[in-house]
Amino acid sequence: MKKKLVSMVLGLAMVATVVTGCGNDGGSAPASTDTTTTDAAADTTTDAAADTTTDAAADTTTDAAEDTTADETAEASGELITVGIINNDPNESGYRTANDKDLKATFTEENGYDASFAYSNENDEQIAAAQKFIQDGVDYLLLSAAGTAGWDSTLQDAQDAGVRVILFDRVIDADESLYEGSIVSDMDAEGQKAVEWLKSQSLSEYNIIHLQGVMGSAAQVGRSGALTDTAAAEGWNIVTQQTADWNAETAQQIVQSVIDSGTSFNVIYAENDDMARGAVAALDSANISHGVDGDVIIMGFDCNKWALQELLDGNWNYDGQCNPFQSSYISDIIKTLESGGTLSEKTIIMDEKGFDATTITAEDVENYGI
Amino acid sequence: MGTKELMKPKNGNNFTKLFRNQIFIPLAALLLLALFNLIADPSFFKITLGYNNMGNPVLSGFLVTILDSGSEVAILAIGMTLVTAATGGQDISVGAAVAIAGSVLLRVLCGHDTRPETLQVPIIVGFLVCCVVAMLFGVFNGVLVAYFKIQPMVATLILYTAGRSIAAWINNNELPIVNEPSFGYFGGFIPGIPIPTPFFIAIICMIVIGLVLKFTNLRLYTQAVGINENSSRLNGLNPQIIKVLSFVILGLCVAVVGLIKTSRVSSINYSVIAKDIEMDAILAVALGGNALGGGKFNMTASIIGAYVIQFLTQTLFKFNVKSTALPAYKAVVVIVLVVISAPVVREWFSATMKKLKTKEAA
Repeated sequence: MKKKLVSMVLGLAMVATVVTGCGNDGGSAPASTDTTTTDAAADTTTDAAADTTTDAAADTTTDAAEDTTADETAEASGELITVGIINNDPNESGYRTANDKDLKATFTEENGYDASFAYSNENDEQIAAAQKFIQDGVDYLLLSAAGTAGWDSTLQDAQDAGVRVILFDRVIDADESLYEGSIVSDMDAEGQKAVEWLKSQSLSEYNIIHLQGVMGSAAQVGRSGALTDTAAAEGWNIVTQQTADWNAETAQQIVQSVIDSGTSFNVIYAENDDMARGAVAALDSANISHGVDGDVIIMGFDCNKWALQELLDGNWNYDGQCNPFQSSYISDIIKTLESGGTLSEKTIIMDEKGFDATTITAEDVENYGI
Repeated sequence: MGTKELMKPKNGNNFTKLFRNQIFIPLAALLLLALFNLIADPSFFKITLGYNNMGNPVLSGFLVTILDSGSEVAILAIGMTLVTAATGGQDISVGAAVAIAGSVLLRVLCGHDTRPETLQVPIIVGFLVCCVVAMLFGVFNGVLVAYFKIQPMVATLILYTAGRSIAAWINNNELPIVNEPSFGYFGGFIPGIPIPTPFFIAIICMIVIGLVLKFTNLRLYTQAVGINENSSRLNGLNPQIIKVLSFVILGLCVAVVGLIKTSRVSSINYSVIAKDIEMDAILAVALGGNALGGGKFNMTASIIGAYVIQFLTQTLFKFNVKSTALPAYKAVVVIVLVVISAPVVREWFSATMKKLKTKEAA
């Protein structure tokens, strides 16, 4: 009797799982709402952009005045430009490692910089490091913030102390007047570029396995959004949409489960290279051909060197770049500011490429692989 | 508990006996999940024989995937059960330790080149080095717990935090890739054998631990230390050594899982490999009805618990549960299972059963 009770409780739990689980399939229906939201979003972006430019223009004029004085003193003494760089832990990911390497290669004494680095994935530790740099009186503070909130007072301190702040890679929730500029990746554009490419393949039908990153991360939101919107608009069939948490083995399991269920698919849209690799491992063990001239199109992101090599070998079809090389943009900004120039826009979105297996070259692998 | 068992009538029905058995809960959960899938969609149990891209025969199907992926957690559950029993705490650094073990393995195999054409040393050498390193980290955790009397969860928090950075440092932040096809056998299929290798590896681990528990005093000593450290010391045991030993055995399990994990994709991403696997391993121990406060343990129940978790995950994948909602559903089912398998609840059930029995008799 008690056993019955137990089984009922368990059964109920499982039924609940299924009912809501199936609700997922209807997700593609409200196409119209989706598009309106995007429109609205687009409108606000343009508005914001317009605001930004005016703001930036206003700010930079005042800055420029200050610059000239600062510049003269610096030139006169022939000193190096001191920069304090606050970054996330380079061990965090291949992206971060490449990012750190790039910064270290640019901000050298030969290039006229005296750079100090601080690393942390914790916001409070980063703030402490920022305060130290401000006390040291650096000329520029370069910041890739771990968290978006809590920077206002620190940046205000920096401004009061005459330290100019440039954000890179990550945006923060602070007033735009508190920093000179920010250099970011546009994750939406990355996703859009990839989806455009997929569209250009003009397959007779689209049955897509969508492997998502850690839910809520900027990269996941941007890269998922583009696909979900376009799939709804174009009538593409999303076979599975599941998060593999950037993890290759989880991705392998998910793709394996789709293969096991006998559902057919012809595109794997993985939001990073690792997950694409896991997916390919599952395809290989089921003898499903992939890549150029294969049955399944493989798409990845981040442009790891090994991933681009897979493209070159024709095992994958597409890899979208998430550009970690911000240092040249930063040093351009610094040069502009030092020479008394103004920035036309406060937010600089980096140029990011998407590689196609049929056109990629060995040089691309060398130059853009991280 | 012991006296109660004595008082139990000799002709007490089989069901009560079965229910009292610790292994009942994970088995029942497994059967329920199986039954649920059978009703919802019998194709869940379909197994097909196909060929992989190297032309070797392979079995595929949900059940095969469960045996394949569940084996990693099952192997870790072996070590985790011992640690839980001996120390009354859990090791939460398992995932990070797998990252270290995997990194060491690939570092030894690849040498300085991240994408070597041939392996620098035979795989077995790499694996042995990886075992030694993983066991050393086990000793580190064990010493903190046994000699410095730090709470296991706090002691292993150190490695949990630092582990992935250590793993990154081992390979200079690079992601090595092994091109040697035979390295893929451990996480895939051995040519000619259609059953996934991780399952065989798990079986070997089970046999080894089974033999060890049968022919040595490990079970007795571990339980004695877990139940009462002082009395076990007064009886001539060295509780510190037993505790460290349990962490070392877990380290060995970690090394094996590191091999399987890196072999699956012939590479490693130290920042995400085996992420949160420690939680699954601890859950397996709990699902097996083992007291998380230490003491008596049932290894078989833990191992079945591990496969139950994978069964659940696979079921959720099968029914395409929305990715944002997946953890919530998993949590609901897990809560129910863990509550039912908790020793307190089981005793309550038994007591109520007995009451009902006497009522019926009267």
